[in-house]
Amino acid sequence: MLRYIIKRLLSLLPLLLVVSFFVFMFIHFIPGDPARLMAGQDAGVEEIENARNALGLNDPILVQYTTYLSSLLQLELGESYRSGIPVIDLISDRIGPSLLLTFFSILWALVIGILLGIISAVFRDRLPDRLGMLTAVSGISLPNFWLGLVAIQIFSVQLGWLPTGGINDGLKSYILPSFALGAGIMAMIARFTRSSLVHTLKQDYIRTGRSKGLSGQHIIYGHALKNSLIPVITVAGLQFGFLLGGSVVVETVFSFPGLGQLLIDSISYRDYPVVQALILFFSVQFILVNLIVDILYSLFNPKIRYD
Amino acid sequence: MENNNAKMYLNEEINSNKTESRFLEFWKLFRKKKPALYSLYFIILLLALVVAGQYITPFDHTEPDYGNVLNSPSWPYVFGTDEYGRDLFSRIIAGTEIALTVSLTAVTIGAIAGTILGLISGFFGKWIDKAIMRLCDILFAFPDLILAIGIVAILGPGLQNVIIAIAFFSVPSFARIVRSSTLEVKELLFVESAKSMGASRKRIVFKHIFPETIPVVIVYFTMNVGTAILSAASLSFLGLGAELSSPDWGAMLSMGRDYIGTSFHIVFFPGLMIFLTVLAFNILGDGMRDVLDPKTRD
Repeated sequence: MLRYIIKRLLSLLPLLLVVSFFVFMFIHFIPGDPARLMAGQDAGVEEIENARNALGLNDPILVQYTTYLSSLLQLELGESYRSGIPVIDLISDRIGPSLLLTFFSILWALVIGILLGIISAVFRDRLPDRLGMLTAVSGISLPNFWLGLVAIQIFSVQLGWLPTGGINDGLKSYILPSFALGAGIMAMIARFTRSSLVHTLKQDYIRTGRSKGLSGQHIIYGHALKNSLIPVITVAGLQFGFLLGGSVVVETVFSFPGLGQLLIDSISYRDYPVVQALILFFSVQFILVNLIVDILYSLFNPKIRYD
Repeated sequence: MENNNAKMYLNEEINSNKTESRFLEFWKLFRKKKPALYSLYFIILLLALVVAGQYITPFDHTEPDYGNVLNSPSWPYVFGTDEYGRDLFSRIIAGTEIALTVSLTAVTIGAIAGTILGLISGFFGKWIDKAIMRLCDILFAFPDLILAIGIVAILGPGLQNVIIAIAFFSVPSFARIVRSSTLEVKELLFVESAKSMGASRKRIVFKHIFPETIPVVIVYFTMNVGTAILSAASLSFLGLGAELSSPDWGAMLSMGRDYIGTSFHIVFFPGLMIFLTVLAFNILGDGMRDVLDPKTRD
């Protein structure tokens, strides 16, 4: 087991290197001169040249990249052009609420999605299945920002139960954003749970169980479900990227002080060091979540460990 | 010589009959999928609105009317008016063109590039395959919308760049799916026999393998259009896409959110339209998958 984990971790290194290289190149892709951007609009020739030296822009690309990597490893992500605050401080201020939001979203999405999927599979092709899958396809098609705005209109404006945004009301502030953010992934989990369970119920060992006279419930909850849920974890991991992208939009709707809103603010102020660091952060988070999912998967399914 | 011509003619007829019968077979099965069929009708209606929308909209969608600002839905403003007194119904119809042009163009570019890469990858194998698939892995390492936001951050806001961004993140998924169906088709007998008859590699790929991958590409294309509409609307909502003054559905939501609470209709209807359009593409995609690619169902 440990060997498998180490192998997976090692195989991740090249990917992380390439991803960080792409993100490093980000600043070079931007039209215009990064040194001029950093020095500001009214900077003279000398100031721009100083900024260029400070940024190391006169060095060859590979030297620049190595410098970038070594500062990454020391968690030095540069300073914001806009405020001069170290990027790492900006991120650490906002990481908490963002992670909590993602956690709540995935939590309810998993619980409700799996339940909906089970109901649909058990009542396959009957009314509950039709309704469940209609809910699921609707969930996939809903723009999360619209869902958020409709939820604000109903629960904040009309009923006055929940805050319209921000995070000053404790856990209450997380209800509507998590609802809006999790809906899409809930729907995907429901669809996948259904198809996975339907597939499992067609397997031979289920038929054996039935012929032994096991009850339908016992078969589903005792045998089929366990095996159907293993692939669901993988799907949830792959859809995590969808959640990260969605968080940018949902945070904007709810004026939520998280990393997604920081990203959008930084883009509008052309605060590129922050944009660069956040894109790297989101991608690494996505890669790590999928690594964890892979490891979990191998825990549940010993077969793949030996490949 | 004449004999040869006749043979060619016969061949062509067989070929066209084959495509025709394939389509009829598809249609016979597809017709029974009522939700998918109605979704198709809805999409055809939307396409008709793109062409003829400007002739049937009751008002000019750009003309402000300060005497009728933020009217609730009522005759003649069936969806109400916005903060400049512009008719929301007319604006939503005008927005159909933006939504469909952006998403269809982006996914078409992504599908063409992805299909070519997938065919090359699957057919040639070896290092070419490895290189292309590693490239896809790298693109997959970035969450879709984050990648799109990054691209727009580099290129600057605007619909053209939104199209580039969406096309970019659609490429790897098309490449993977076409590659895997290429790998399957490659082993089939008729490809083997074409090879043994000395057909060129180009001919084998484009004449024999590519047609077999079309159904999968069509299904995937339809499903991706829905996602593309959502992504484009999200980018516009974030202020990275369409100009906020344009009748783009996402931009309308972005402008309208300041009036939530007093004039909810101005965020409700554009969002509803995004939802219904994406829903139609998703249900259509599901229906076509059930018919064209039954093994991936359930």
